[in-house]
Amino acid sequence: MRSFAFHRPTTLYEMSALLGGVADSMPLAGGMTLLPTIKQRLAAPAALIDLSNIPQLHGISAQADVLTVGAMTRHVDVAESELVRSKIPLLASLAAGIGDPAVRNRGTIGGSVANNDPSADYPAAVLALDATVVTDRREIAAVAFFRGLFETALEPGEIITAVRFPVPSAGGYAKFKSPASRYAVVGVCVAKKAGKVRVAVTGAGPGVFRVAVMEAALERTFTPDAIAAIKLGAENLSSDIHADAEYRAHLVTVMAKAAVKSALQTS
Amino acid sequence: MIISFTLNGRSRTVEIEPSTLVADLLRENLNLTGTHVGCDTSQCGACVVLFDGEAVKSCTLLAPMLDGGTLTTIEGLSGPGGSNALHPMQEAFHQNHGLQCGFCTPGMVMTAVALATNNPTPTEAEVRRGLEGNICRCTGYQNIVASVLAGAAAMHAPGSGE
Ligand SMILES: Cc1cc2nc3c(=O)[nH]c(=O)nc-3n(C[C@H](O)[C@H](O)[C@H](O)COP(=O)(O)OP(=O)(O)OC[C@H]3O[C@@H](n4cnc5c(N)ncnc54)[C@H](O)[C@@H]3O)c2cc1C
Ligand code: FES
Ligand code: FES
Repeated sequence: MRSFAFHRPTTLYEMSALLGGVADSMPLAGGMTLLPTIKQRLAAPAALIDLSNIPQLHGISAQADVLTVGAMTRHVDVAESELVRSKIPLLASLAAGIGDPAVRNRGTIGGSVANNDPSADYPAAVLALDATVVTDRREIAAVAFFRGLFETALEPGEIITAVRFPVPSAGGYAKFKSPASRYAVVGVCVAKKAGKVRVAVTGAGPGVFRVAVMEAALERTFTPDAIAAIKLGAENLSSDIHADAEYRAHLVTVMAKAAVKSALQTS
Repeated sequence: MIISFTLNGRSRTVEIEPSTLVADLLRENLNLTGTHVGCDTSQCGACVVLFDGEAVKSCTLLAPMLDGGTLTTIEGLSGPGGSNALHPMQEAFHQNHGLQCGFCTPGMVMTAVALATNNPTPTEAEVRRGLEGNICRCTGYQNIVASVLAGAAAMHAPGSGE
Protein backbone atom coordinates (compact mmCIF):
# COMPACT_ATOMS: atom_id res chain seq x y z
CA MET A 1 0.00 0.00 0.00
CA ARG A 2 1.06 3.62 -0.44
CA SER A 3 2.69 4.70 2.77
CA PHE A 4 1.06 7.02 5.28
CA ALA A 5 1.65 8.08 8.86
CA PHE A 6 -0.42 6.70 11.73
CA HIS A 7 -1.54 8.53 14.86
CA ARG A 8 -3.50 7.20 17.79
CA PRO A 9 -4.90 10.07 19.89
CA THR A 10 -6.48 9.31 23.26
CA THR A 11 -8.58 12.47 23.63
CA LEU A 12 -10.97 14.34 21.34
CA TYR A 13 -8.82 17.42 21.79
CA GLU A 14 -5.69 15.66 20.57
CA MET A 15 -7.68 14.12 17.72
CA SER A 16 -8.98 17.50 16.51
CA ALA A 17 -5.50 18.96 16.67
CA LEU A 18 -4.20 16.12 14.49
CA LEU A 19 -7.07 16.25 11.99
CA GLY A 20 -6.72 20.02 11.76
CA GLY A 21 -2.94 20.12 11.80
CA VAL A 22 -1.74 17.17 9.71
CA ALA A 23 -2.26 17.78 5.99
CA ASP A 24 -4.35 15.17 4.13
CA SER A 25 -5.19 13.25 7.29
CA MET A 26 -8.30 11.06 7.56
CA PRO A 27 -10.01 9.45 10.55
CA LEU A 28 -9.79 5.65 10.72
CA ALA A 29 -12.61 3.71 12.40
CA GLY A 30 -13.04 0.00 11.57
CA GLY A 31 -11.21 0.44 8.29
CA MET A 32 -13.63 -1.90 6.49
CA THR A 33 -14.37 0.75 3.89
CA LEU A 34 -11.37 3.06 4.18
CA LEU A 35 -8.62 0.42 3.83
CA PRO A 36 -10.08 -1.21 0.68
CA THR A 37 -10.52 2.32 -0.72
CA ILE A 38 -6.85 3.10 -0.09
CA LYS A 39 -5.84 -0.27 -1.58
CA GLN A 40 -7.75 0.56 -4.73
CA ARG A 41 -6.07 3.99 -4.79
CA LEU A 42 -9.36 5.81 -4.57
CA ALA A 43 -7.99 7.63 -1.51
CA ALA A 44 -4.40 8.55 -0.69
CA PRO A 45 -4.28 10.07 2.79
CA ALA A 46 -0.93 11.24 4.14
CA ALA A 47 -1.92 10.19 7.66
CA LEU A 48 -4.59 8.11 9.35
CA ILE A 49 -5.93 9.22 12.71
CA ASP A 50 -7.09 6.10 14.55
CA LEU A 51 -10.23 6.75 16.61
CA SER A 52 -10.17 3.48 18.55
CA ASN A 53 -8.45 4.75 21.70
CA ILE A 54 -10.75 7.70 22.46
CA PRO A 55 -13.03 6.61 25.32
CA GLN A 56 -15.81 9.15 24.56
CA LEU A 57 -16.48 7.47 21.21
CA HIS A 58 -17.30 4.09 22.74
CA GLY A 59 -20.32 2.67 24.51
CA ILE A 60 -24.09 2.33 24.35
CA SER A 61 -26.40 4.05 26.84
CA ALA A 62 -30.10 4.79 27.28
CA GLN A 63 -31.88 7.67 28.97
CA ALA A 64 -35.67 7.75 29.14
CA ASP A 65 -36.62 7.08 25.54
CA VAL A 66 -33.35 7.91 23.82
CA LEU A 67 -30.67 5.37 22.92
CA THR A 68 -27.17 6.76 22.39
CA VAL A 69 -24.63 4.71 20.45
CA GLY A 70 -20.99 5.88 20.45
CA ALA A 71 -19.45 6.32 17.01
CA MET A 72 -16.84 3.57 17.53
CA THR A 73 -19.43 0.98 18.54
CA ARG A 74 -18.94 -2.00 16.26
CA HIS A 75 -21.75 -3.72 14.37
CA VAL A 76 -21.26 -6.87 16.50
CA ASP A 77 -21.67 -4.83 19.70
CA VAL A 78 -24.95 -3.29 18.52
CA ALA A 79 -26.17 -6.70 17.32
CA GLU A 80 -25.47 -8.34 20.69
CA SER A 81 -26.39 -5.49 23.04
CA GLU A 82 -29.24 -6.37 25.42
CA LEU A 83 -29.93 -2.64 25.79
CA VAL A 84 -30.33 -2.15 22.04
CA ARG A 85 -32.44 -5.31 21.74
CA SER A 86 -34.79 -4.13 24.45
CA LYS A 87 -35.04 -0.49 23.32
CA ILE A 88 -34.83 -0.65 19.51
CA PRO A 89 -34.79 -4.29 18.33
CA LEU A 90 -34.73 -3.27 14.66
CA LEU A 91 -31.31 -1.68 15.20
CA ALA A 92 -29.86 -4.89 16.66
CA SER A 93 -31.16 -7.01 13.80
CA LEU A 94 -30.01 -4.44 11.22
CA ALA A 95 -26.49 -4.57 12.67
CA ALA A 96 -26.57 -8.39 12.75
CA GLY A 97 -27.30 -8.37 9.01
CA ILE A 98 -24.37 -6.18 7.94
CA GLY A 99 -21.74 -7.98 5.87
CA ASP A 100 -20.27 -11.04 7.55
CA PRO A 101 -18.88 -11.83 11.03
CA ALA A 102 -15.40 -10.43 10.28
CA VAL A 103 -16.88 -7.19 8.90
CA ARG A 104 -19.11 -6.86 11.98
CA ASN A 105 -16.11 -7.42 14.28
CA ARG A 106 -14.42 -4.28 12.90
CA GLY A 107 -16.97 -1.99 11.20
CA THR A 108 -18.53 0.81 13.26
CA ILE A 109 -21.72 2.85 13.22
CA GLY A 110 -19.75 6.10 12.99
CA GLY A 111 -17.79 4.90 9.97
CA SER A 112 -20.92 3.65 8.25
CA VAL A 113 -22.92 6.84 8.84
CA ALA A 114 -19.99 9.11 7.90
CA ASN A 115 -19.36 7.13 4.73
CA ASN A 116 -23.03 7.28 3.61
CA ASP A 117 -22.70 4.51 1.05
CA PRO A 118 -25.90 4.52 -1.04
CA SER A 119 -26.39 0.82 -0.19
CA ALA A 120 -25.46 0.94 3.51
CA ASP A 121 -27.97 -0.17 6.14
CA TYR A 122 -27.51 2.31 9.00
CA PRO A 123 -28.50 5.46 7.07
CA ALA A 124 -32.02 4.04 6.63
CA ALA A 125 -32.41 3.56 10.39
CA VAL A 126 -30.87 6.94 11.23
CA LEU A 127 -33.35 8.67 8.91
CA ALA A 128 -36.45 6.61 9.79
CA LEU A 129 -35.86 6.91 13.54
CA ASP A 130 -35.33 10.70 13.26
CA ALA A 131 -31.97 10.25 14.95
CA THR A 132 -29.52 13.01 15.77
CA VAL A 133 -25.93 12.74 14.57
CA VAL A 134 -23.72 14.16 17.32
CA THR A 135 -20.31 15.49 16.25
CA ASP A 136 -17.39 17.04 18.07
CA ARG A 137 -18.82 20.44 17.03
CA ARG A 138 -22.63 20.25 16.91
CA GLU A 139 -25.76 18.14 16.61
CA ILE A 140 -27.20 17.43 13.17
CA ALA A 141 -30.72 16.11 12.55
CA ALA A 142 -30.81 13.07 10.27
CA VAL A 143 -32.86 14.91 7.62
CA ALA A 144 -30.08 17.49 7.30
CA PHE A 145 -27.20 15.04 7.56
CA PHE A 146 -27.42 12.84 4.44
CA ARG A 147 -26.74 14.79 1.25
CA GLY A 148 -26.71 12.14 -1.52
CA LEU A 149 -24.02 9.87 -2.92
CA PHE A 150 -21.33 9.50 -0.20
CA GLU A 151 -22.06 13.13 0.80
CA THR A 152 -22.93 14.26 4.32
CA ALA A 153 -23.16 17.51 6.26
CA LEU A 154 -19.80 16.79 7.96
CA GLU A 155 -17.19 19.49 7.48
CA PRO A 156 -13.50 18.72 6.95
CA GLY A 157 -12.03 17.37 10.18
CA GLU A 158 -15.44 17.07 11.85
CA ILE A 159 -16.00 13.76 13.63
CA ILE A 160 -19.16 11.89 14.55
CA THR A 161 -18.99 11.13 18.27
CA ALA A 162 -22.35 9.36 18.67
CA VAL A 163 -25.77 8.79 17.16
CA ARG A 164 -28.84 9.45 19.33
CA PHE A 165 -31.92 7.42 18.47
CA PRO A 166 -35.35 8.28 19.91
CA VAL A 167 -37.01 4.98 20.87
CA PRO A 168 -40.00 4.37 18.54
CA SER A 169 -43.28 2.73 19.60
CA ALA A 170 -42.82 0.33 16.67
CA GLY A 171 -40.21 -0.17 13.99
CA GLY A 172 -38.79 -2.65 11.52
CA TYR A 173 -36.09 -2.99 8.88
CA ALA A 174 -36.13 -5.29 5.87
CA LYS A 175 -33.58 -5.57 3.10
CA PHE A 176 -33.14 -7.43 -0.12
CA LYS A 177 -29.43 -8.05 0.09
CA SER A 178 -26.69 -8.57 -2.41
CA PRO A 179 -25.76 -12.23 -1.94
CA ALA A 180 -22.05 -11.38 -2.29
CA SER A 181 -21.58 -8.46 0.11
CA ARG A 182 -24.91 -8.33 2.00
CA TYR A 183 -25.19 -4.61 1.13
CA ALA A 184 -28.80 -3.56 0.53
CA VAL A 185 -29.99 -3.82 -3.07
CA VAL A 186 -33.01 -2.21 -1.42
CA GLY A 187 -33.49 -1.75 2.31
CA VAL A 188 -36.48 -0.10 3.98
CA CYS A 189 -36.75 1.07 7.57
CA VAL A 190 -40.15 1.94 9.01
CA ALA A 191 -40.62 3.60 12.40
CA LYS A 192 -43.66 4.86 14.27
CA LYS A 193 -43.65 7.32 17.15
CA ALA A 194 -46.38 9.50 18.58
CA GLY A 195 -48.69 8.96 15.61
CA LYS A 196 -45.96 9.90 13.10
CA VAL A 197 -44.52 7.33 10.71
CA ARG A 198 -41.22 7.53 8.84
CA VAL A 199 -40.31 5.34 5.87
CA ALA A 200 -36.64 5.53 4.80
CA VAL A 201 -35.20 3.70 1.80
CA THR A 202 -31.56 2.77 1.19
CA GLY A 203 -29.96 1.00 -1.78
CA ALA A 204 -32.60 2.13 -4.27
CA GLY A 205 -31.20 5.51 -5.29
CA PRO A 206 -28.07 7.65 -5.01
CA GLY A 207 -28.68 8.16 -1.30
CA VAL A 208 -31.13 7.35 1.48
CA PHE A 209 -34.57 9.01 1.07
CA ARG A 210 -38.03 9.12 2.65
CA VAL A 211 -41.29 8.09 0.99
CA ALA A 212 -43.96 10.59 2.02
CA VAL A 213 -46.91 8.78 0.40
CA MET A 214 -46.13 5.61 2.33
CA GLU A 215 -45.70 7.58 5.55
CA ALA A 216 -49.15 9.19 5.12
CA ALA A 217 -50.80 5.85 4.32
CA LEU A 218 -49.21 4.18 7.34
CA GLU A 219 -50.24 7.05 9.62
CA ARG A 220 -53.84 6.24 8.66
CA THR A 221 -53.49 2.45 8.99
CA PHE A 222 -50.27 0.82 10.17
CA THR A 223 -50.48 -2.45 8.22
CA PRO A 224 -48.59 -3.91 5.23
CA ASP A 225 -51.78 -3.74 3.16
CA ALA A 226 -51.98 0.02 3.58
CA ILE A 227 -48.96 0.45 1.28
CA ALA A 228 -49.34 -2.60 -0.95
CA ALA A 229 -50.64 -0.53 -3.86
CA ILE A 230 -48.05 2.26 -3.58
CA LYS A 231 -45.27 1.93 -6.12
CA LEU A 232 -42.45 4.39 -6.68
CA GLY A 233 -41.62 5.62 -10.17
CA ALA A 234 -38.36 4.20 -11.50
CA GLU A 235 -37.05 7.57 -12.83
CA ASN A 236 -34.74 8.48 -9.96
CA LEU A 237 -33.71 4.97 -8.93
CA SER A 238 -30.44 3.19 -9.63
CA SER A 239 -29.75 0.55 -12.27
CA ASP A 240 -26.69 -1.68 -11.97
CA ILE A 241 -25.64 -5.32 -12.29
CA HIS A 242 -27.61 -6.17 -9.13
CA ALA A 243 -30.99 -4.80 -10.22
CA ASP A 244 -32.49 -2.34 -12.68
CA ALA A 245 -34.54 0.67 -11.60
CA GLU A 246 -37.91 -0.98 -12.36
CA TYR A 247 -37.04 -3.94 -10.18
CA ARG A 248 -35.76 -1.68 -7.39
CA ALA A 249 -39.05 0.27 -7.49
CA HIS A 250 -40.89 -3.03 -7.03
CA LEU A 251 -38.56 -4.07 -4.20
CA VAL A 252 -39.20 -0.83 -2.29
CA THR A 253 -42.86 -1.78 -1.88
CA VAL A 254 -42.05 -5.40 -1.02
CA MET A 255 -39.40 -4.45 1.56
CA ALA A 256 -41.57 -1.68 3.05
CA LYS A 257 -44.39 -4.19 3.61
CA ALA A 258 -41.92 -6.62 5.21
CA ALA A 259 -40.61 -3.84 7.46
CA VAL A 260 -44.14 -2.97 8.63
CA LYS A 261 -44.84 -6.63 9.28
CA SER A 262 -41.70 -6.93 11.34
CA ALA A 263 -42.61 -3.72 13.23
CA LEU A 264 -46.00 -5.21 14.12
CA GLN A 265 -44.39 -8.44 15.32
CA THR A 266 -41.79 -6.81 17.57
CA SER A 267 -43.94 -4.02 19.06
CA MET B 1 7.18 2.30 14.17
CA ILE B 2 7.70 -0.53 16.63
CA ILE B 3 4.84 -2.77 17.77
CA SER B 4 4.67 -5.60 20.29
CA PHE B 5 2.04 -8.29 20.28
CA THR B 6 1.53 -11.97 20.99
CA LEU B 7 1.67 -14.11 17.86
CA ASN B 8 0.64 -17.75 18.17
CA GLY B 9 1.51 -17.78 21.85
CA ARG B 10 4.89 -16.03 21.54
CA SER B 11 5.54 -12.37 22.19
CA ARG B 12 6.94 -10.53 19.20
CA THR B 13 8.33 -7.05 18.72
CA VAL B 14 8.67 -5.91 15.12
CA GLU B 15 9.47 -2.73 13.29
CA ILE B 16 6.93 -1.88 10.60
CA GLU B 17 5.83 0.82 8.19
CA PRO B 18 2.55 2.20 9.65
CA SER B 19 0.79 1.46 6.35
CA THR B 20 1.51 -2.29 6.57
CA LEU B 21 -1.50 -4.59 6.44
CA VAL B 22 -1.49 -7.53 8.84
CA ALA B 23 -1.76 -10.02 5.94
CA ASP B 24 1.41 -8.56 4.41
CA LEU B 25 3.21 -8.45 7.74
CA LEU B 26 2.47 -12.15 8.25
CA ARG B 27 3.32 -13.30 4.75
CA GLU B 28 6.16 -10.97 3.76
CA ASN B 29 7.92 -10.12 7.01
CA LEU B 30 7.23 -13.09 9.26
CA ASN B 31 7.13 -15.85 6.62
CA LEU B 32 3.80 -17.14 7.86
CA THR B 33 2.29 -17.92 4.47
CA GLY B 34 -0.57 -20.04 5.77
CA THR B 35 -2.73 -16.91 5.79
CA HIS B 36 -3.89 -16.46 2.19
CA VAL B 37 -4.86 -13.34 0.27
CA GLY B 38 -7.60 -14.00 -2.28
CA CYS B 39 -8.99 -10.57 -3.13
CA ASP B 40 -8.52 -6.81 -3.04
CA THR B 41 -12.00 -6.00 -1.83
CA SER B 42 -12.18 -7.54 1.67
CA GLN B 43 -14.79 -10.02 0.48
CA CYS B 44 -13.24 -13.49 0.18
CA GLY B 45 -12.23 -14.33 3.76
CA ALA B 46 -9.12 -16.35 2.82
CA CYS B 47 -7.08 -14.07 5.10
CA VAL B 48 -9.13 -14.48 8.29
CA VAL B 49 -7.09 -14.66 11.51
CA LEU B 50 -8.07 -14.35 15.16
CA PHE B 51 -7.33 -10.97 16.74
CA ASP B 52 -7.97 -11.01 20.48
CA GLY B 53 -9.99 -14.15 19.81
CA GLU B 54 -12.23 -12.62 17.15
CA ALA B 55 -12.31 -13.44 13.43
CA VAL B 56 -10.97 -10.51 11.39
CA LYS B 57 -9.80 -10.07 7.82
CA SER B 58 -6.04 -9.58 8.05
CA CYS B 59 -6.03 -7.92 4.61
CA THR B 60 -8.16 -5.14 6.09
CA LEU B 61 -6.41 -4.60 9.41
CA LEU B 62 -3.49 -2.25 9.83
CA ALA B 63 -0.47 -3.72 11.57
CA PRO B 64 -0.25 -0.80 14.06
CA MET B 65 -3.59 -2.00 15.47
CA LEU B 66 -1.88 -5.20 16.66
CA ASP B 67 0.16 -3.38 19.31
CA GLY B 68 -0.63 -4.91 22.69
CA GLY B 69 -2.99 -7.50 21.22
CA THR B 70 -3.04 -11.23 20.56
CA LEU B 71 -2.99 -12.74 17.08
CA THR B 72 -3.58 -16.36 16.15
CA THR B 73 -3.00 -17.59 12.61
CA ILE B 74 -3.58 -21.01 11.06
CA GLU B 75 0.01 -21.89 11.99
CA GLY B 76 -0.87 -21.34 15.64
CA LEU B 77 -3.72 -23.85 15.71
CA SER B 78 -1.89 -27.13 15.27
CA GLY B 79 0.65 -28.69 17.55
CA PRO B 80 -0.72 -28.18 21.04
CA GLY B 81 2.07 -29.03 23.45
CA GLY B 82 4.69 -29.02 20.69
CA SER B 83 3.24 -32.03 18.90
CA ASN B 84 2.26 -32.08 15.24
CA ALA B 85 -1.34 -32.92 16.09
CA LEU B 86 -3.99 -31.05 14.12
CA HIS B 87 -6.48 -28.84 15.91
CA PRO B 88 -9.90 -30.59 16.16
CA MET B 89 -11.30 -28.21 13.51
CA GLN B 90 -8.43 -28.99 11.13
CA GLU B 91 -8.89 -32.70 11.79
CA ALA B 92 -12.60 -32.35 11.00
CA PHE B 93 -11.81 -30.69 7.64
CA HIS B 94 -9.43 -33.57 6.91
CA GLN B 95 -11.94 -36.27 7.88
CA ASN B 96 -14.90 -34.68 6.07
CA HIS B 97 -13.06 -33.77 2.88
CA GLY B 98 -13.75 -30.09 3.62
CA LEU B 99 -11.29 -28.82 1.06
CA GLN B 100 -10.25 -29.33 -2.52
CA CYS B 101 -7.59 -26.87 -3.69
CA GLY B 102 -7.18 -25.60 -0.13
CA PHE B 103 -6.87 -21.91 -0.94
CA CYS B 104 -9.88 -20.85 1.14
CA THR B 105 -9.15 -23.36 3.90
CA PRO B 106 -7.06 -21.28 6.35
CA GLY B 107 -9.75 -18.59 6.44
CA MET B 108 -12.53 -21.17 6.66
CA VAL B 109 -10.84 -22.93 9.57
CA MET B 110 -10.11 -19.71 11.50
CA THR B 111 -13.66 -18.44 10.98
CA ALA B 112 -14.98 -21.83 12.05
CA VAL B 113 -12.87 -21.87 15.22
CA ALA B 114 -14.22 -18.44 16.22
CA LEU B 115 -17.76 -19.54 15.40
CA ALA B 116 -17.52 -22.76 17.42
CA THR B 117 -15.91 -20.93 20.34
CA ASN B 118 -18.82 -18.46 20.51
CA ASN B 119 -21.46 -21.06 19.77
CA PRO B 120 -20.43 -24.59 20.90
CA THR B 121 -23.45 -26.30 19.31
CA PRO B 122 -24.23 -24.47 16.07
CA THR B 123 -27.02 -25.58 13.75
CA GLU B 124 -26.38 -26.08 10.06
CA ALA B 125 -28.11 -22.76 9.35
CA GLU B 126 -25.92 -20.98 11.89
CA VAL B 127 -22.80 -22.46 10.31
CA ARG B 128 -23.90 -21.31 6.85
CA ARG B 129 -24.58 -17.79 8.16
CA GLY B 130 -21.29 -17.77 10.03
CA LEU B 131 -19.38 -18.60 6.85
CA GLU B 132 -21.02 -15.85 4.79
CA GLY B 133 -17.74 -13.94 4.61
CA ASN B 134 -15.72 -16.90 3.31
CA ILE B 135 -15.79 -17.76 -0.36
CA CYS B 136 -14.86 -21.19 -1.72
CA ARG B 137 -14.56 -21.70 -5.45
CA CYS B 138 -14.20 -25.48 -5.32
CA THR B 139 -16.30 -27.42 -2.89
CA GLY B 140 -19.87 -26.16 -3.14
CA TYR B 141 -19.69 -25.74 0.65
CA GLN B 142 -21.48 -29.00 1.59
CA ASN B 143 -18.38 -30.67 2.99
CA ILE B 144 -17.18 -27.45 4.60
CA VAL B 145 -20.42 -27.14 6.53
CA ALA B 146 -20.17 -30.82 7.54
CA SER B 147 -16.58 -30.22 8.66
CA VAL B 148 -17.49 -27.23 10.80
CA LEU B 149 -20.35 -29.09 12.46
CA ALA B 150 -18.04 -32.04 13.22
CA GLY B 151 -15.21 -29.73 14.28
CA ALA B 152 -17.43 -27.79 16.68
CA ALA B 153 -18.57 -31.05 18.28
CA ALA B 154 -14.96 -32.27 18.55
CA MET B 155 -13.74 -28.98 20.04
CA HIS B 156 -16.26 -29.28 22.84
CA ALA B 157 -16.14 -33.05 23.34
CA PRO B 158 -15.21 -34.10 26.88
CA GLY B 159 -11.45 -34.48 27.13
CA SER B 160 -10.72 -32.41 24.03
CA GLY B 161 -8.96 -29.84 26.18
CA GLU B 162 -10.79 -26.94 24.50
C1 LIG C 1 -17.23 -7.42 2.63
C2 LIG C 1 -17.96 -6.23 3.19
C3 LIG C 1 -19.35 -6.30 3.31
C4 LIG C 1 -20.06 -5.21 3.82
N1 LIG C 1 -21.42 -5.32 3.91
C5 LIG C 1 -22.13 -4.26 4.37
C6 LIG C 1 -23.55 -4.34 4.49
O1 LIG C 1 -24.18 -5.37 4.23
N2 LIG C 1 -24.21 -3.24 4.92
C7 LIG C 1 -23.57 -2.08 5.28
O2 LIG C 1 -24.23 -1.13 5.67
N3 LIG C 1 -22.23 -2.00 5.21
C8 LIG C 1 -21.49 -3.05 4.76
N4 LIG C 1 -20.14 -2.96 4.71
C9 LIG C 1 -19.48 -1.72 5.17
C10 LIG C 1 -19.17 -1.81 6.64
O3 LIG C 1 -20.36 -1.69 7.39
C11 LIG C 1 -18.18 -0.73 7.05
O4 LIG C 1 -17.76 -1.11 8.30
C12 LIG C 1 -18.69 0.68 7.13
O5 LIG C 1 -19.23 1.16 5.94
C13 LIG C 1 -17.56 1.65 7.46
O6 LIG C 1 -17.31 1.60 8.82
P1 LIG C 1 -15.85 1.50 9.37
O7 LIG C 1 -15.97 1.64 10.85
O8 LIG C 1 -15.18 0.32 8.85
O9 LIG C 1 -15.22 2.88 8.82
P2 LIG C 1 -13.84 3.19 8.06
O10 LIG C 1 -13.68 2.33 6.88
O11 LIG C 1 -12.72 3.25 9.04
O12 LIG C 1 -14.16 4.70 7.60
C14 LIG C 1 -15.10 4.97 6.57
C15 LIG C 1 -15.09 6.47 6.27
O13 LIG C 1 -15.68 7.21 7.33
C16 LIG C 1 -14.74 8.10 7.94
N5 LIG C 1 -15.01 7.99 9.38
C17 LIG C 1 -14.92 6.86 10.15
N6 LIG C 1 -15.36 7.11 11.39
C18 LIG C 1 -15.75 8.42 11.42
C19 LIG C 1 -16.31 9.26 12.43
N7 LIG C 1 -16.58 8.79 13.66
N8 LIG C 1 -16.58 10.54 12.11
C20 LIG C 1 -16.33 11.01 10.86
N9 LIG C 1 -15.81 10.28 9.87
C21 LIG C 1 -15.52 8.98 10.15
C22 LIG C 1 -13.38 7.61 7.49
O14 LIG C 1 -12.45 8.66 7.42
C23 LIG C 1 -13.70 7.05 6.12
O15 LIG C 1 -13.76 8.07 5.17
C24 LIG C 1 -19.39 -4.03 4.22
C25 LIG C 1 -17.99 -3.96 4.11
C26 LIG C 1 -17.27 -5.04 3.60
C27 LIG C 1 -15.79 -4.95 3.50
S1 FES D 1 -7.90 -11.40 1.13
FE1 FES D 1 -9.98 -11.45 0.55
S2 FES D 1 -10.96 -10.81 2.39
FE2 FES D 1 -8.87 -10.63 2.88
S1 FES E 1 -11.12 -25.54 -1.60
FE1 FES E 1 -10.53 -24.37 -3.35
S2 FES E 1 -11.34 -22.42 -2.84
FE2 FES E 1 -12.14 -23.64 -1.28
